Amino acid sequence: MTVRAPLPHDAARLHVTGQARYVDDIPTPANAVHLAFGLSEIAAGRLVSLDLSKVRAAPGVIGAWAPADLGTNPDCSPSLHDEPLLSDGTIHYLGQPLFLVAAETHQAARRAVRLATVETEATTPILTVDAAMAANSRFEEGPRIYGRGDPDKALANAPFRITGSFEIGGQEHFYLESQAALVFPMEGGDLLVHSSTQHPSEIQHKVAHALHLPMHAVRVETRRMGGGFGGKESQGNHLAIACALVATRTGRPARMRYDRDDDMTITGKRHDFRIDYRAGFDAEGRLLAVDFVQYCRGGWSQDLTLPVADRAMLHADNAYWLPDVRIVSHRLKTNTQSATAFRGFGGPQGMVGIERVLDHVAHHLGLDPLEVRVRNYYAAAGDPAGHGAAGDERPGDGAPPLSPGWSEDDATSRGSVGEVEAPLAASPEQVPHRTTPYGQLVEDFVLHDMTAKLAASCDYAARRDAVATWNDSHPVLKRGIALTPVKFGISFTLTHLNQAGALVHVYNDGSIAMNHGGTEMGQGLFLKVAQVAASRFGVDIGTVKITATDTAKVPNTSATAASSGSDLNGMAVRAACDTIRDRMAAYLAPLHQADPSEVAFDGGEVIIGATRMSFAEAAQRCYMGRVSLSATGFYKTPKLSWDRIRGEGRPFFYFAYGVACTEVVLDTLTGENRILRTDILHDSGASLNPAIDIGQIEGGFVQGAGWLTMEELVWDDKGRLRTHAPSTYKIPACSDRPEIFNVALYDVPNREETIYRSKAVGEPPFMLGISALMALSDAVAACGPGYPALDAPATPERLLAAIKRARAA
Amino acid sequence: MVEFILNGEAVRVEGEPPTRTLLDWLRERRGLTGTKEGCNEGDCGACTVMVTDTAGHRALNACILFLPQLEGKAVRTVEGIAAPDGTLHPVQSAMIDLHGSQCGFCTPGFVVSMATAHANGARDFNDQLAGNLCRCTGYAPIVRAAEAAANEPVPGWIAADRAAATAGGTTAGEGWFRPGSADELAAWYLENPEATLVAGATDVGLWVTKAFRALGPVAFLNGATDLAGITVTDDEIRVGATTTVTDFLTAMSEHHPSFAEVIRRYGSTQVRNAATVGGNIANGSPIGDSPPVLIALGATLHLRKGDARRSLPLEAFFLAYGTQDRAPGEFVEAITIPRQPDNLRCYKISKRFEQDISALCGAFNIRVEHGAVASARIAFGGMAATPKRATATEAALIGQPWTETTVANARAALAQDYAPISDMRASAAYRLEAAQNLLSRVWFDSHGADVSTLEVMP
Repeated sequence: MTVRAPLPHDAARLHVTGQARYVDDIPTPANAVHLAFGLSEIAAGRLVSLDLSKVRAAPGVIGAWAPADLGTNPDCSPSLHDEPLLSDGTIHYLGQPLFLVAAETHQAARRAVRLATVETEATTPILTVDAAMAANSRFEEGPRIYGRGDPDKALANAPFRITGSFEIGGQEHFYLESQAALVFPMEGGDLLVHSSTQHPSEIQHKVAHALHLPMHAVRVETRRMGGGFGGKESQGNHLAIACALVATRTGRPARMRYDRDDDMTITGKRHDFRIDYRAGFDAEGRLLAVDFVQYCRGGWSQDLTLPVADRAMLHADNAYWLPDVRIVSHRLKTNTQSATAFRGFGGPQGMVGIERVLDHVAHHLGLDPLEVRVRNYYAAAGDPAGHGAAGDERPGDGAPPLSPGWSEDDATSRGSVGEVEAPLAASPEQVPHRTTPYGQLVEDFVLHDMTAKLAASCDYAARRDAVATWNDSHPVLKRGIALTPVKFGISFTLTHLNQAGALVHVYNDGSIAMNHGGTEMGQGLFLKVAQVAASRFGVDIGTVKITATDTAKVPNTSATAASSGSDLNGMAVRAACDTIRDRMAAYLAPLHQADPSEVAFDGGEVIIGATRMSFAEAAQRCYMGRVSLSATGFYKTPKLSWDRIRGEGRPFFYFAYGVACTEVVLDTLTGENRILRTDILHDSGASLNPAIDIGQIEGGFVQGAGWLTMEELVWDDKGRLRTHAPSTYKIPACSDRPEIFNVALYDVPNREETIYRSKAVGEPPFMLGISALMALSDAVAACGPGYPALDAPATPERLLAAIKRARAA
Repeated sequence: MVEFILNGEAVRVEGEPPTRTLLDWLRERRGLTGTKEGCNEGDCGACTVMVTDTAGHRALNACILFLPQLEGKAVRTVEGIAAPDGTLHPVQSAMIDLHGSQCGFCTPGFVVSMATAHANGARDFNDQLAGNLCRCTGYAPIVRAAEAAANEPVPGWIAADRAAATAGGTTAGEGWFRPGSADELAAWYLENPEATLVAGATDVGLWVTKAFRALGPVAFLNGATDLAGITVTDDEIRVGATTTVTDFLTAMSEHHPSFAEVIRRYGSTQVRNAATVGGNIANGSPIGDSPPVLIALGATLHLRKGDARRSLPLEAFFLAYGTQDRAPGEFVEAITIPRQPDNLRCYKISKRFEQDISALCGAFNIRVEHGAVASARIAFGGMAATPKRATATEAALIGQPWTETTVANARAALAQDYAPISDMRASAAYRLEAAQNLLSRVWFDSHGADVSTLEVMP
């Protein structure tokens, strides 16, 4: 079986030789046109006049259009239909596209946009959490509130209490390949779209909507992205729509890629948060009550802010039993880029909030933060303390039917605003130490075991002592160490998105072509799913052709997001393969006096009783026997039901877990710091491909640590993003990875029936980076008695301020 | 016309503007789309190419490399790293086997940087790869691949480039000139004082790719080989203006290792391979990393206009933000550093350790004799509109006993020397406090305390 084999990425050879083709590498006819947007220079106000005559006269320019020139201004939003392609006269953020230019070359288009005469009338932008709260500028009518019990009373009765406020910065995706699209006009007004997108069906829907075409007239193909991380779930809509409009208008292929500065100026990023907290606890650090207020800065349009903010609430518990709890979530509207999906999708922000609380609690009591964390863990799976596993019986088969009307409701988007929620029959059962604040039973909790294993393998206790001793003799440099857990919920919280389709062909030479709705952004999805297909047919991985995601092959796909790619598409491909396999067995078995159930597919052969033949020969025979060798497959995740308004139900099929221990050294004179060592034990169930999974874990950790340490987005008081290029926005570089970096898989099969009992691994490791922030907090705490109250990102400047706080107390 | 060798084959380029970048030319004219555009400003390394001349192999960013800079050189893109028959280079095989690529978009740049390091026998991979950003892998498997390939022999097709490259002489094209000597440059610049001089293009490149500035006539300096090079005598170290920062780093490692450590963090390998010492001074940036250190070392700047030459203390060159004491037609010919015992301590502070622009950069040349400060030259970048000396701080130190009290007084004096600004790199308050703390770091360092996070072992 090829599943479980640590095969290299299917495109690795293409990557290293420069042959792997990305959207902007696709050859186009000489008459292709290149597009660029002209951007707003103010963050809020009104477009008074726009004169594009100089733009149109510029060398190489083919056309320049404001909405009035286009005669249309299509919506690009994945949710509330609040994102016109170009400003409709109101300006919502600095960087908002105002007009569109097409030219003979990319450079000519970029040069020309600067020649526009733009007259605007600026108003005072709403930029910050405080300004948005003061103006009641928000999405939804008011805050969402999830919770349980009476946290106010429990806080009042708690022996110990802390309060605090925690700033958590956003994050630029910095996919190395900026957003890109290419549209070919086809016969009869049809369009072929190549898009660097995690969500081809979304691109298809939005382009079709923009041009008033049925979806069958728009075919979207995505072979690969040069990184996505959530940044290509909805942010590619604008480019694809713009190219489609111009291609239709000019009859020429239209291509667009954002220059890096434009990409960072135009597109959304991770939501920044402020989390205010109050916690009550006992002398051992056991939480009795927690009250969170999450302020989530969503930017100018709704995009995916609601489900992001929901997921932040759903991870406000992380791995911990919170007896009385309230989570208030304000989804704020500001005159900045519209914050969007980013690996973890709000989960990291919610999770780092409770980790901050536990760090604060431990500091308050003078306890080892790890002890406090473990004391608050949910009950272990199988631990009778948590009274057994109830709840398995919850009927879970079903997303309700969608509301009618295809054209407006963006049903395949996580931002969908249609009536799609599953009403719950009754409030969930509350099991102490097992039930999350949103009523889902935690049935698979393995962090006790994982934490013990990692603490032993990384020698946590001895190293913590060694750090303290070292710090006593070092006046300038301080070390810090922290071990933090991750529990991350797997499934789209919009239940109906938890479905996938696949298309598999077996050719009569025995070669196999496989297609599914997932997209490849480097995470190795295509390979993992191909390993599934190869395993079902018992053939070598080379027998399976991986093909580009294509809306003409598999329709109505969900975004490759929420870590769901291999769970959903692996199952759909399995279903398709098994259909074909069953047909082959049913045809071949009687020819050899065998029962179809006795036919085996293994080692490149088909074994029918005493007869063995190559898979190719079997395929040839089946073809001659007029057996259909092509099948679709479909999968929907079971057991889900979720009411996001009440905050109750089972939004997640299962949880993925991880633990990380990070040690840092901090320069107390400047705040400069370095990660010395990180040890990770991560749960990817029974891994489909351990090499790919370890790659996700290593990369996720570094990206997560970058988010919380050096990656800082800075807007000035005019709303201009000052960190709009890699010269000013710093993602981790080579030497920022931990000098010692040990990553191991917790190789235990998923208790739920997922594809080969594996677990999703895309997002969860990102939050292992929280250990770096907590290690820095530990190092700062060595400087003085005060609580560091370290905000994120913990830049040298914030660390120096925290050191002063620690010393001042 | 520009002639060079591309992936082993001679090419001749005509009819291109002088500011056509190699990246655009490769992708748009040659269909070589393996070389990627990630940022178009030399900060991500996705466009890295190997450029070989008689001096050896260098990794450079193709996005800010203009075609005339390539005269006579051999260029290898990712498409030319494997043998013509498809045999993979050892770094390519290792990247596949050790899972060094995920999305693959940064991979061509990494492969070229790795192949260049491999050809040069370099094993300091954190430095060699600091200019290549990867957002997927967290770098660990890439470094593993680089290490795994390090002992493999250099493939013949890579080594052959060195023999194929030529020095390249004086050349010119429409709107540009590539002088073959400093004399030719001096004469031409006198005739074309409005011209833009391009040495490494690590700054001018961005004027083109990001600001769309018209450069006027352009002179490419890398043919004037007599403008480059380092000469060490008993009295001074003379550094030619077009000496690359890479070569300068090597020289400073011997004479002033603390300076070398700052230079190691100057840009990235690709940037240091292109950038020149003269360019870092002449562009007048308040955040250039070498000027404050050179000022602290008492360096002298040598300017030339036609056949007229003059010299001035480096700090006198920086008049105000964006304004230097340089006449039209006048260019930086060299900088000289007086030979001296090494008392230099210099420190660069940035959000990211590698390849970041300084929030501030402080240089302290303090000589302590018999427990008292005998001399002090201190300068900072990032603290004022120009690289600037800390004269009040120096005065607070000179002649005083080297004690905590003196340092405390000198810290206070720093606030008289500088009124820094707030920007996206740091606030004014942090800049001042960190500057004061860097002085304390010198003091702690002189008393044997550990002050460098780099020296702490896991």
